[in-house]
Amino acid sequence: MSKELKKTTYQIPIGPIHPALKEPVMFKFEIDGEKIVDVDVELGQVHRAIEWTGMRRNSIQIIYLAERICGICSFVHPLAFCRAVENACEIDVPERSDYIRVVHGELERICSHLLWAGVAAHEIGFDSLLFLTWEVREKALDLVEYLTGNRITKAILTIGGVRRDIKKEHHQKIKETMDALKEGYKQLGHIFLDDKTVKMRSQGCGVLSYEDALRLCAVGPTTRASGVKKDVRADQPYTAYGDIGVDYMTPDIITGEVNGDVYDRIIVRLLEVKQSIDLIEKAIDQMPAGDLVSEPKIPKLLSRIKKTKGEGVGRDEAPRGEVIHYVKFDGEHDEPFTWKVRASTYANILPWIPMLKGEQIADIPIVAASIDPCMSCTNRVAVVNNLDNKKYMLNKEHLHELSIMKTRRLKHK
Amino acid sequence: MKFAMLGQVFKQMFKKPWTNKFPAKYQPNNTTKYLADVAAGKAKINPPVETPEGFRGKILYDREKCIGCKLCIKVCPCGAIEFKEKEKKIKIYLARCCFCSQCNDVCPVNCLSMSDEFLLSDADPYSKDLIVE
Repeated sequence: MSKELKKTTYQIPIGPIHPALKEPVMFKFEIDGEKIVDVDVELGQVHRAIEWTGMRRNSIQIIYLAERICGICSFVHPLAFCRAVENACEIDVPERSDYIRVVHGELERICSHLLWAGVAAHEIGFDSLLFLTWEVREKALDLVEYLTGNRITKAILTIGGVRRDIKKEHHQKIKETMDALKEGYKQLGHIFLDDKTVKMRSQGCGVLSYEDALRLCAVGPTTRASGVKKDVRADQPYTAYGDIGVDYMTPDIITGEVNGDVYDRIIVRLLEVKQSIDLIEKAIDQMPAGDLVSEPKIPKLLSRIKKTKGEGVGRDEAPRGEVIHYVKFDGEHDEPFTWKVRASTYANILPWIPMLKGEQIADIPIVAASIDPCMSCTNRVAVVNNLDNKKYMLNKEHLHELSIMKTRRLKHK
Repeated sequence: MKFAMLGQVFKQMFKKPWTNKFPAKYQPNNTTKYLADVAAGKAKINPPVETPEGFRGKILYDREKCIGCKLCIKVCPCGAIEFKEKEKKIKIYLARCCFCSQCNDVCPVNCLSMSDEFLLSDADPYSKDLIVE
């Protein structure tokens, strides 16, 4: 018998719940030996109906709901929402609060990037580096707590300004923390960029080419690591970024070349930590005196929003990339008629496919983590399991069909 | 340097740990008994890290000042505040509170304020400690 054995690929599913992935997402891998031939990403494993909830609340209440879209981006989401409402209702923001918004936005970027660096170190099995990174992050979190009153959910924003001032007596602690963070940056930069373990696992791994990054519309550090100069802070400056000036951080600043691999994404995030420290220092130096909010009386503000008929868009650069919030008011209700959130991970999902193709199974966690995914911010469509275990999406057409069926059922009764 | 982390790891061995061991330095055999001992004054608690100025903890409510304008109910993002129709006063369920202090900002007579108390966990969401009225 000379039956020729044909090499076939086999499938492994990873997820929706998997210890290597912090949040529910489903991967279906087509594997040939150790090599990944093809990959399919299935989203929609976690849907929290935040937009639906928001459409039943007034704008002041939504700020705190938006803060809870993402535990790490607890400043940029409410900022995007506030900017959308300010855009719709034509509310001006005092200059001083614009600068305070920059300080808090950059503090959040430092915390987020350091958190990511720790997770990346953990994914390659380098746990001592994880703890060192998070020790540095703790200093930034202490400053956040000192300035806003809480470590994570800052509750600092309001429509038309900020709620808490940065006073003269705060400057000392800010300066101390910035010095400590600079020291930490030096230490971490040395370890992340020079250590053999990190280099072995991240160089040439999970490559996203310049063309792919452009074609798939990647955002944030993921796209900048591939050499695409894209940053909302520089492209369409908001708050006080236009006055302070922001530069694109691409990996060639340190290495002189762009590879688009995981190592480059580490470089970009480290450079952004450095950049954020500089931006905070500049913002504190240049901060003008003035009011914190344009309309301190909240009932008056709410009635103005209620009378508004129109729509607004707010976009800003989250640590993971661009965040867009869209609101529409109908001029009769306190609640927005529509509230749509596009979190940054949404644009970074498709780049996973070229990144993962050709890699080994053991590289899945670090490549998946390299875009800094945030699944529960991203998911928008409900996936329902019916009785015969067939999955279907509840879309508009389907709901309409169900509704027609119910009408017919009631008619025949 | 080949293994840049190595020096750091050795340095770390001689450093004091960052973690503040709260409430006890070592895990007590029986937590309930330990807490009872603390209450009786037999054992001592390892103090927590001090909260910063402007910390948003348990809400304090000045009943006499309150005029019953319901503004706090309108802005509360979690629906944690209930209005008592008869007395025209409010009742705050801390188990639902998200500690944003928006009710403090909106109050026209400043009858609400934030304390620095943060040890609020309880098995019963309707326990006496978690209802402010």
